[in-house]
Amino acid sequence: MKGLSTFDIAGRAMASQLVRMNAIASNLANAGSISGTEQGAYRALRPVFATRYDGAAATVDVASMARTGTPERKLDPHHPLADATGHVWQAAVDPNQEMVEMVETARAYANNVEVLSTARGLALDTLRIGK
Amino acid sequence: MTMLDSALGLSAAALKLRGQRLDVIAGNIANASTPGFKARDLDADAALARIGAGGFAGMLAGEQAGAGALKFRAALQPSLDGNTVDMATEQAAFAENALKYRASLEFLNGRIQTLMSAMRPE
Repeated sequence: MKGLSTFDIAGRAMASQLVRMNAIASNLANAGSISGTEQGAYRALRPVFATRYDGAAATVDVASMARTGTPERKLDPHHPLADATGHVWQAAVDPNQEMVEMVETARAYANNVEVLSTARGLALDTLRIGK
Repeated sequence: MTMLDSALGLSAAALKLRGQRLDVIAGNIANASTPGFKARDLDADAALARIGAGGFAGMLAGEQAGAGALKFRAALQPSLDGNTVDMATEQAAFAENALKYRASLEFLNGRIQTLMSAMRPE
């Protein structure tokens, strides 16, 4: 057996999609968070997918995690975290976009599960060859 | 080994090609959300025809046939991030390939059964 098998390809893709799902969960959990400084404000986490080739086979890996978006400055003098000018910074998370990403992630994950179970069925049939 | 290869015929080469194509399409599905990924496919039918036309010598060259038949898929609707994986196309190709793998397996099984019954004294 050489290189990546179908199980490796689908398994790595599932792991990558789970990383993405975890990032979405973090983003949604922090959607409403407020910070007193621009640096301290939460920025949406996004995994950067990269193709990994092994001969004819290709699978996917998470190359890095990116922080995206710019926190919005809001005037809220009564907020306990407000700075000297009475401003706070809202987390750079768009809940709508996160929900769309979540659905896409779930679908991609399910597709890979289907690949895995089909490959498993074929491998089991191949094991029984000649019987 | 060579005798066994010729006895099993094209089905063994077909099974190998179908297995390779399964991996290629699995790779496309795995990279459905990777920016810039170009979907690829293995023209298993053409590779098989080449092996068939080459006779037994062609069958020995079947190892390389799979790699040579790897092509990029023409994008039906390319997305903005440069990814050309069309999930419906990939799913259909995957289902078709799994079915053909199973068919090749059945043919191979039939060959083996024939050989077994020929070798068995009544």
